[in-house]
Amino acid sequence: MVTAPSLHTARRVAAEVPDPELPMLTLADLGVLRDVRLASDGTVVASLTPTYSGCPAMAEMRADVAARLRGAGFAKVEIRTVLDPPWSTDLITAHGRRTLREYGIAPPGPAPRRTPGPVPLVLGAPRLAVGCPRCGSADTEETSRFSATACKSLWRCRACREPFEHVKEL
Amino acid sequence: MSDDTDDHVYLSLAEGHDDGDSRWAFGTGFEDPLHGVDTSVPDGVDPAEVAAVCLALGDDALVSAQRLAQWCTRAPELEEEVALANIGLDLLGQARLLYARCGQVDGSGRGEDAYAYTRDAADFRNVRLAELPDTDFAFCVVRLLVLSSWRLALFGRLALAADPVLAAVAAKGVAELAYHRQYAADWALRLGDGTEESHRRMRAALAEVAPYLDEVLEAEPPFAVRADQAGPSGDARHTGDADAVRRETLDVLGQVLSAAGLDLPAVPALPGSGRRGEHTGHLAPLLAELQSVARAHPEATW
Repeated sequence: MVTAPSLHTARRVAAEVPDPELPMLTLADLGVLRDVRLASDGTVVASLTPTYSGCPAMAEMRADVAARLRGAGFAKVEIRTVLDPPWSTDLITAHGRRTLREYGIAPPGPAPRRTPGPVPLVLGAPRLAVGCPRCGSADTEETSRFSATACKSLWRCRACREPFEHVKEL
Repeated sequence: MSDDTDDHVYLSLAEGHDDGDSRWAFGTGFEDPLHGVDTSVPDGVDPAEVAAVCLALGDDALVSAQRLAQWCTRAPELEEEVALANIGLDLLGQARLLYARCGQVDGSGRGEDAYAYTRDAADFRNVRLAELPDTDFAFCVVRLLVLSSWRLALFGRLALAADPVLAAVAAKGVAELAYHRQYAADWALRLGDGTEESHRRMRAALAEVAPYLDEVLEAEPPFAVRADQAGPSGDARHTGDADAVRRETLDVLGQVLSAAGLDLPAVPALPGSGRRGEHTGHLAPLLAELQSVARAHPEATW
């Protein structure tokens, strides 16, 4: 006798889907998977939140989650997009941060606090220090605020001379 | 993923999807960025008004993204090229969400591609500053500083819009636009307070942008705010504090330019407005390039 796959299984399967652009992280590590639940008719409803507005990986994530849930035996799958509240790098889990560092990517610091009202302009202030993910030195410099993906900036370590990427605070 | 070895994390991406979707390569087949979002319009919100805001801000973003993309292979340094492409990608993402919302509320049921690829210049509602060709990197910096400062100030207020989709798109955009404005401000300082030549080019760029500034600052479309954000008079309209966006933008520009040793030239505003479909001759060729594939192959999918 085959038993219906459970909500627990659905959550585990969805949580283990890798991010298309940072595949060392799962969507759960990244905080992109907001919710998984079973509707009364047995449909698995998974809610995802986009990282950046222009992130081309969103469609991949939707398709990956749906395909893996179907592969795990869930016949009816529905993917929802959640825009509110917006994704923030603060949602990246402690495990996700450790994994990023292991892969040579400096994890984000705390995201800037967003309070209602004007976003203050900061001119010429020193940037947040980012530790080198390879040697741990704090003697690093930003070479570009933007990088190969929307979510990362480019850095260089003055101690070990290696370039590295940093997930920007958002 | 538990069954992948650490060295092969990218392999899982090559796994086929046998769920009959239409994607033929990474990033394709993704029309409808509002997939699975509750798209109903709350009571008391005028759909036509929401559509007008979405169209104007979507057009600003699409046209700006196209100009930014044109810096690819032409930027002064590779890092700047990557930065400008990333900023353009953020704006393109905002445009897609805004167009998708527009199609839901303007009664046409159109998808994002219909807005981007099948309209003529006179149907676009972007400000003219967005469509001017880049004459110099300094011009790119000044234009981006003006447009990102204004859009950031506006999005901060749009996040309180009564339409929940518009509010969510704006709230998301705020964090992105803060990076765009910072990038433009950093370069404005570096060039304005740099060499004689870079200072001269910034002054020339400011002179070029200044006649279009009023259109940006005054072209703010009205929108309803959430009831709990209504003013003391109970007026749940944004039009009452439209000046706040203008003031904040001018305040930011003033701070950056004064730190960079530059001034905003006082020049008369150019008559006309892109918000009414009155454009410069530069928009039509930009759209011809942007729309060429879609118009040549109307049945194509991507």
